[in-house]
Amino acid sequence: MKLDSKIPSGPIAQSWDKYRFDMKLINPANKRKFKILVVGTGLAGGAAAATFGELGYNVETFTYNDSPRRAHSIAAQGGINAAKNYQNDGDSIWRLFYDTVKGGDYRAREANVYRLAQVSANIIDQCVAQGVPFAREYGGTLANRSFGGAQVSRTFYARGQTGQQLLLGAYSALNRQIAAGKVKSHTRKEMLDVVLVDGYARGIVTRDLVTGKIESHVGDAVVLATGGYGNVFFLSTNAQACNVTATYRAYKKGALFANPCFTQIHPTCIPVSGDHQSKLTLMSESLRNDGRIWVPKNKGDNRAPQDIPEQDRDYYLERKYPSFGNLSPRDISSRAAKQVCDEGRGVGSTGYGVYLDFADAIGRLGKHAIEERYGNLFEMYERITGEDPYTTPMRIYPASHYTMGGLWVDYNLMSNVPGLHVIGEANFSDHGANRLGASALMQGLADGYFVIPYTIGHFFANNPVDKSVTTSHPEFQKAEQEAKEKINLLLSINGKRTPTSFHKELGTLIWDKVGMARNEAGLKEAIARIPQIREEFWANLNVTGEPDSLNMALEKALRVADFLEFAEVMAWDALERDESCGGHFREEHQTPDGEAVRNDEKFAHVAAWEYTGVGTKPNRHKEELTFENVPLSVRSYK
Amino acid sequence: MKLTLNIWRQKDKNSKGQFENYNLNEVSPDMSFLEMLDVLNEDLLHKGDEPVAFDHDCREGICGACSMTINGRPHGPEKQTTTCQLHMRKFNDGETITIEPFRAKPFPVIRDLIVDRTSFDRIQQAGGFVSVNTGSSPDSNAVPIAKVAADKAFDAAACIGCGACVAACPNGAAMLFTSAKIGQFALLPQGQPERKERVIAMVKQMDSEGFGACTNHYECEAACPKGISVEFIAMMNRDFMKASFSR
Repeated sequence: MKLDSKIPSGPIAQSWDKYRFDMKLINPANKRKFKILVVGTGLAGGAAAATFGELGYNVETFTYNDSPRRAHSIAAQGGINAAKNYQNDGDSIWRLFYDTVKGGDYRAREANVYRLAQVSANIIDQCVAQGVPFAREYGGTLANRSFGGAQVSRTFYARGQTGQQLLLGAYSALNRQIAAGKVKSHTRKEMLDVVLVDGYARGIVTRDLVTGKIESHVGDAVVLATGGYGNVFFLSTNAQACNVTATYRAYKKGALFANPCFTQIHPTCIPVSGDHQSKLTLMSESLRNDGRIWVPKNKGDNRAPQDIPEQDRDYYLERKYPSFGNLSPRDISSRAAKQVCDEGRGVGSTGYGVYLDFADAIGRLGKHAIEERYGNLFEMYERITGEDPYTTPMRIYPASHYTMGGLWVDYNLMSNVPGLHVIGEANFSDHGANRLGASALMQGLADGYFVIPYTIGHFFANNPVDKSVTTSHPEFQKAEQEAKEKINLLLSINGKRTPTSFHKELGTLIWDKVGMARNEAGLKEAIARIPQIREEFWANLNVTGEPDSLNMALEKALRVADFLEFAEVMAWDALERDESCGGHFREEHQTPDGEAVRNDEKFAHVAAWEYTGVGTKPNRHKEELTFENVPLSVRSYK
Repeated sequence: MKLTLNIWRQKDKNSKGQFENYNLNEVSPDMSFLEMLDVLNEDLLHKGDEPVAFDHDCREGICGACSMTINGRPHGPEKQTTTCQLHMRKFNDGETITIEPFRAKPFPVIRDLIVDRTSFDRIQQAGGFVSVNTGSSPDSNAVPIAKVAADKAFDAAACIGCGACVAACPNGAAMLFTSAKIGQFALLPQGQPERKERVIAMVKQMDSEGFGACTNHYECEAACPKGISVEFIAMMNRDFMKASFSR
C-alpha cells in the first residue's frame, strides 16, 4: 500500500500558506448541504465542531459523557505552548518547530509540526477572545512558564487547570453553535462502529448508554476526536472511560494504525498505593520548574527525607543532564526514575518512587509564592496521600499518560479511508516518539480550530457525496446487527470473571512487557500471552444486567474487548521497531550510560499497521520521513 | 476498615427507588471513595447482581461527573473536595455511610446515583459564551487585563459544573453555577458587549428549568468543591437588575 502523506512541496515556512491557497473552497451557501459527524467533544472535537458550525456546516457531536464539557482534555494541568515570544527570550515559530521535532526524537512529520508551530499563536488569541482567564502579569499582559524540553518560556497557563479553561472555552463556542441550531449534541452515546459505504466513511453506529438503543447516524464525513489509548495499561492518568474503541473499530474497517508503540509515560505521577487503585494522578510537569528530583545516593537508605543530608542525595536529573536538569523531556525523566528505582534506590513503601522536593524553592521564594503557583496541586497531593508537600517532599513515579501513536492521517488529517478524519490525540502525526509538555493542548486545538476546518472543505470539493445514502443502507444495518450480536454474546457468557479483572490482567502484562522498557523476549511473551487472555475473556466473562438499560459492566466489557485486540498491535509494533526512540525504549539499543540509540537508517519512518484479522499479524506499511529542516542528530539534553 | 453502606438504588427514571444495605469488610483507608464503590461493584458482579451505577470519569476532581450525596452532604464531608478525591481515611471503622444521588427537581435520577444534569448545558447554551468566531481575534496582548480581574474571573471560571450547589440548596437553586459563568465574563473585557443579554438569557433559562430561587443560605458555597464564592450571586443579581432596567 502506498501511503500518500500529501505533504506540500517547497520551503516549509510557506507550505501551509501555499497549501491553503491551493485548496478548493466550498461556497458559504453550499456548506449547509454537508453534514459532519464529530465523535468526541474534547479540545480537538469541541473546537472542530464549533468551527464547522460557524462556517455553516451541519454538525452532530457524540460523547459518552453526560456533557461535552467532561471530556478528559479537562484534566490537563500545566499549560499550552505557543510561539508568541512574549518573554523576548528567543522564541520563534522555527524554535518551537525545532524543539518539537527534536523532542519527538525525529519520528514526527516535519511539515505537520511546522504548521502546528505556526498556528500556535492564533490559538492563544482565539482562547483569550473567548474569555479564557489565562494567568497574567500585573501590567495586564499574559504570563508564561517553562516546560520540559524547552529553554524558553512559551507555556501559557491558567493556574493548574489550563485544560479545563481551554475546554470550557471550546465548549462555550460549541454551545453557541448548539443554540444557533448548527450543531446537534448527542450525549451519553458511545460510538461502536464506523460505517463505510462504497469505500467512504459515511456514518457511525452508537449505543445510547441510558436506553441501550443501537442507532445509526449518517453524514458526509466522519471526524474522530476520540483521544488516546493510554488506558490499555489499566492504570494511567486517563479518565476511567477513555478507550480505544472508536479508533480500533476504524482500524478494523481498514484505517491504518500508526506507531501504536509510541506511548508516553509521564514522569511525575503519584505512586501506586495498593491493589484497589483505579487510576494514577498526575502532578503537573510545571512542578519541575521549582521542584528538585532526587533519591538517596545509597541503596537501602531508609531515613526520612529530611534526615538525609545533601551529600547523601542524588539529584540524578541535574547530574546527568546539567543543561535541562529537572526540566528534561518526559521520556528521559521517566526512564531515569525507573533506572534509580531498579537500582534499589527508590523511596516509599513500594520502592517505586522518587522525591520531588520543594524545600529549596520555598527557602528561596517563600511558601506564599509556591502556593500561588501550585497551590491546587499541593492540595490534591495531600488529599490523595495524606502527606503535606510543603514540609515533606512529594513522592512521584512515572505512569501512562498520553499516546503519540494513533490512526494514520495525511497532511489533511484524513486517514487512508476517504472521509474518515482523525484529530487530536487520536491521530499520530505531530509528536513523533515523544510529546513535549504543554503540546497536547496545542495540537488538539490546532487541529480543531485551524486545520480541519480548511481541509474538510477541500475534501468535500473533491469528492462528490452520494446523497441517496441513508441509515437504512445495508452497511448500516449490518454494522448495527454486528453491534447487537456482540452485546448479546457478552451478556450470555455467564462466566466468573469481571471485565475489570481482565482489564487489570492485560494492563499489568502491557506495563511489564510493553511499558517503559521493552525487549524482544518480553514482547514475544506479550504477543503469546494476549490471545490467551482474550480467549479466557470470551469464555469466562461475567456481565450482569440487560442490553437495553444503563449497564456499566457492559460498557466496560465492550471497551476491554477492544483493548484485548488492540494490545497485540501495540506489541507487534514495539517488536518490529528494533531501535530505541523517544518513549519507545528497546533495551537492546542503548548507550553504556542508558541513553536511547536510534537507528535512522532502518527506522526513520512511520509504521502504519493494516488489520488482517483478529489474532493474525497485521501488515506493516511504511511512510518514510525526511528531515530537511531539522537535521537528524543525537538528541542530547546534557 | 469495615463499613455498612446504605445506597439509593433505582432502576430507571420511571421506577421507584429505595435504599439498600451492603457490608464491606476490607476497606483500605488509602482508597478513594469511588475505589471503595468499585470494590463493592466487583463484589456485586461476582454475586451475579447489578453494580451500583454512578457517574465518574477523571477521578481527579476536575471533570465534575461524580454526583453523589454522602451522609447528607453533596461530595461528602471534606471541604472543597469532590467525591472522587475523597479518601476513606476520612471515615471511621464500623461507620454506616448513606449514599444517594444529588437531589433536585431539575436533576431527575437516571439510575441509582446517576442524575440528568443536561439542564446545566441548556443554561450555558442560553448565553454562556462570547460570540467570537474562530479566526477573528486580535493579538492576545492587545487588550491588557489587570491581574486582579483575571484572577477573579478565574475564581469563577473554576466551576466544574457538578451540581453540588443545587443539591445542597434547600430551594434547589442553580444560582451559584449560573452566576459563576456570568461572573467570569462580566469581569473580563471580552464579556462586555453581550453582558446584559447574557445575564437576562441565562437567568431566564435557569428559571425555566425549574431551579429554585436564592434565599441566602450559602449552602452552595459550603458544598462547592471549587470554593466558588456567593459573591458571584450578588454580582449576577446586580447585573440582572441593571440589565432589566436598561432594556
